[in-house]
Amino acid sequence: MTLKTTPLNAAHRAMGAKMVDFGGWDMPVNYGSQIDEHHQVRNDVGMFDVCHMRVVDAKGDGVRAFLRYLLANNADKITVPGKALYSAMLRPDGHVIDDLIIYFMTEQWFRIVVNAGTADKDIAWMKEQAATHAPKLTITSRDDLAMVAIQGPNARAKVWQVLPQTKAATENLVNFQAADCGEYFVARTGYTGEDGFEVMLPKEKVEKFWYDLNKVGVKPIGLGARDTLRLEAGMNLYGQDMDETVGPLESGLAWTVDLKSKRDFIGKAALLANPPTKKLAGLVLLDRGVLRGHQKVKTAHGDGEITSGSFSPTLEKSIALARVPNGVQIGNTVQVEIRDKLLNAKVVKYPFARNGKGLIS
Amino acid sequence: MSNPTNLKYTASHEWVKTEADGTITVGITQHAQELLGDMVFVEAPEAGRKLQAKEECAVVESVKAAADVYAPVSGTVTAANGDLDGAPETINSDPYGAWIFKMKPDNAADVATLLDAAAYQAVVDSEAH
Repeated sequence: MTLKTTPLNAAHRAMGAKMVDFGGWDMPVNYGSQIDEHHQVRNDVGMFDVCHMRVVDAKGDGVRAFLRYLLANNADKITVPGKALYSAMLRPDGHVIDDLIIYFMTEQWFRIVVNAGTADKDIAWMKEQAATHAPKLTITSRDDLAMVAIQGPNARAKVWQVLPQTKAATENLVNFQAADCGEYFVARTGYTGEDGFEVMLPKEKVEKFWYDLNKVGVKPIGLGARDTLRLEAGMNLYGQDMDETVGPLESGLAWTVDLKSKRDFIGKAALLANPPTKKLAGLVLLDRGVLRGHQKVKTAHGDGEITSGSFSPTLEKSIALARVPNGVQIGNTVQVEIRDKLLNAKVVKYPFARNGKGLIS
Repeated sequence: MSNPTNLKYTASHEWVKTEADGTITVGITQHAQELLGDMVFVEAPEAGRKLQAKEECAVVESVKAAADVYAPVSGTVTAANGDLDGAPETINSDPYGAWIFKMKPDNAADVATLLDAAAYQAVVDSEAH
């Protein structure tokens, strides 16, 4: 099977990347030490190739009303131009199709960014729903666009060094807000728990952009560090922390589901009819070892399972997200089955780290 | 980094050094540490433990995965490298210096049957794709 490549494939190899098959894409897992790359982002700045993710433009009259119906979070929450909203997209049975971010640009244009592995599925679903509920909308997969995430306390300054023409339009962006700067779409969003920008730009320009950033001192960061950064930040990964077998309320996403308003949305009835019996909890391993996905969790209220686990370079401990029975509380000690031994872990509030600092003692 | 020629090797990516006193020192190779990535924990066997050849006796845990380390020959563990507790990453930066455990082989002759550097390289090459 031939792996898909981003326009930055040659650049990754030139920069010494160790390449792996990531869901059918030939991607860099690290360029050396993934722990160094992790610290680099928390303390300074790093850049990620996220070209494999998909940008979708939904345009036309009624796009806001359509998204209000399509998504579990309420599109009416974003009314300031450029403001973004994180949401799950549900099936009628209440299970999660994907998690995504929408950007309100104008009343006729919302931009949507979806995960790489689910992009085709998501777009087909959106078009199917639009056909009946908003037939005048156009939903376009922006296959002409590339995307780079620059993250860390010094990230925005570096982007302005390379793209000074975007500074005026972007220096006052608040967190979770974007600006359309012509060829460059700059969003103050990210998947690391640090400040920074995600920049969408024409594919033909991304290799130069990558090298220009590198020239002003921005180091490339691989998918290994991307995973430890997002896990510390308490951010879900579709396909691990949730998928089409579970709903948002069992996946730590209750805060993104607006059940309060009278608005109907796909999956609402199922969510109301089926209160969850499990929830997502944060774990810190107390004994020596590493928590990993699918490990069994034993609690006083029944068994659970780790959905995402790893080593936290910021905390120097192992952390995880786990799906556990509802009765489990923060502060409880639970046991995790690792290689036929039961190791002790503590249930903690997450995120585990943000803005350069660990949050768990 | 090429495989040091003064060491012996196993097909499971351990290196073995024969010491003057007849004990052997065991670690994992450059190839193994590169595959595993940044090390975060090492569980070494306790002194006194008796091992069979190819028995799982230690675990090296990287951010990516946990890997078992196997006894190269039958014998008794004499020491574990305590320095690895605080600095497991030395396995990455210095795989042939960062030993994991030492043992006294039951039969010195068993060590001679292990792979030499060239034969080990052939194992590594056959795994490459």
